[in-house]
Amino acid sequence: MLRAEGLRHAFGEGGGRVVALDDVSFTLAPGHTLAVFGPNGAGKTTLLKVLAGLIRPQRGTASVTGGRRAIGWIGHRSHLYGHLTLRENLRFWAALYDVPRTASAARADAVMRRLGISDRADQAVGSLSQGLVQRAAIARALIHDPQTLLLDEPFTGLDLAAAAQLRALLGELRGAGRTLVLATHNVDEGVELATDIAFQRRGGFIRLAPRGTRSPAQIADEYRLAVASE
Amino acid sequence: MSDLLRRAWTVARKDLMLEFRTRTALLSAVVFTALVLTVFNFGRDPTAVAPLDLAPSILWVTFTFAAMVALNRAFQLELENQALEGLLVSPLSRYSLYWGKLVANLVFVAVVEAVGLPLFVLFFDVPVGRVVLPLCGVIALATLGFVTVGTLFSAMVIRTRFAELMLPVLLLPFLIPPLVLAVLATAKLLSARPLSDSAGYLKLLAAYDIVFLVAATFLFRFTVDE
Repeated sequence: MLRAEGLRHAFGEGGGRVVALDDVSFTLAPGHTLAVFGPNGAGKTTLLKVLAGLIRPQRGTASVTGGRRAIGWIGHRSHLYGHLTLRENLRFWAALYDVPRTASAARADAVMRRLGISDRADQAVGSLSQGLVQRAAIARALIHDPQTLLLDEPFTGLDLAAAAQLRALLGELRGAGRTLVLATHNVDEGVELATDIAFQRRGGFIRLAPRGTRSPAQIADEYRLAVASE
Repeated sequence: MSDLLRRAWTVARKDLMLEFRTRTALLSAVVFTALVLTVFNFGRDPTAVAPLDLAPSILWVTFTFAAMVALNRAFQLELENQALEGLLVSPLSRYSLYWGKLVANLVFVAVVEAVGLPLFVLFFDVPVGRVVLPLCGVIALATLGFVTVGTLFSAMVIRTRFAELMLPVLLLPFLIPPLVLAVLATAKLLSARPLSDSAGYLKLLAAYDIVFLVAATFLFRFTVDE
C-alpha cells in the first residue's frame, strides 16, 4: 500500500519559486499501477523522490507499507558502479537490502536472466552500452523483490525488444500484487500498464483518473489536451 | 548495532574494492607523499636546521595533504551514476553510510602512511627504532581525528562546485588541533623523551577523536539528506 496525503513541495524562492507538488493526495493498493504523465519539469521526479523518501516534502506525508526496505527505485541514472562487474554490483545492493548471502547469488542470477543480461554478469558495468546499463539498473531495483516499485522514465535508452520485455515484466509484477508508480512523459509507453492515471502539470496540479474502459489512445488524447491547455 | 556495523562494512568493502581495482587515488596519494618528502629532503639546509627539528612538522603536513586525496574521492565514487541516490533510498542508515566511508578512508590513509613512514625515516634519518610503537599510536589517533572530520566535510562539499578546492578550505581549520597535538607528540617521541611526556597530547587527541566521532556520526545525515 502506498499513501500520499497533501503533499506540497516547491523549489526556489521569491520570483523564481517553482511549485512542483501542490496538495497531491492518493492511495495505491497492491496490484495497482499508477502512471504519472507530464511534460518535462512538471514535478514527476519530485513526486517519486518524495515517495521514496529522498526529498522531505514541505507539507504532507508519504508512506509505503514496509518502509524503505520494500521500495525498488529506478531513477534517472543506474546507481551502479562502473568499475564493478554487474554481478558484484547486484551482490552489493542485495547485501544492503538484507538479502541473505546464500540467496543473493541465486537472486542476482534470476533477475539477470529475466532481463536478458546474464551473459554480461562478469563484465564491468562501465563497459556496457546505455541500453544494457538501463536493464542492469532495473535488475538492481528488483534484486530484493520489492513490494513497491517507483520507476522514473524506466524505458529510457531501451530498444524496442527490451522495452517490450520490460513492459511484460512490469505486467507480471503487477499481477503478482506489486504496487507500481511509473513516471513518464511518454503516454504510449505507460498507458498499457496503468490501472490508475495521473496527469501532472507545472504548478503541481495532479488529477487521478481511473483508467476504466478507455483505450490507450483515448487516454493519450486526454493527456495531450490537458498539456496543451496549460 | 550489529546491523549498523555489518552494513557499514558492506559499504567500506565496496569502496575498497573500487579503490584497489582502479588504484588511481591510492597511487596518486602514495606518489604525492613520496614527492613531498623528497622535496622537503632536498629543499632544506641540514647545516642550518637539524632534521629532528623539522621532521615532525614535515611528517604531519605530508600526511595531512595526502589524506585530502582520500577524503576528496570518498564521495566522488558515489556521484558516478548517482549511486548516492540509490544508497539513500535503500534501508542503509545514514550512520552506516558514514561509518562505512570512515572505515574505507581510514584504510586508504593507513596504506599511504604505511608507505610514507619508511620514506620519512629514510630521508630524515630519524631514530624511530625504540619509539615505533608509540609513534604508530600517535599516527593512529591523529589519523582517526583527521578522517573522522574529513569524511563529514567531504560529504558536505560533494554537491558543491569546485568540491576539491572547497574541502581543504573548510577542513584545514578543523585539523589544526589534532595537527598541533600530533606534531608535539611526535617531536617528544623522536627526541627520546619518555612516553609520559606525550601522555597529555595523546589524551587530548583521544578526546578530539571521541568528540568529533560522535558529532560527525549524528551530523552526517544533514549533509546528505535533501
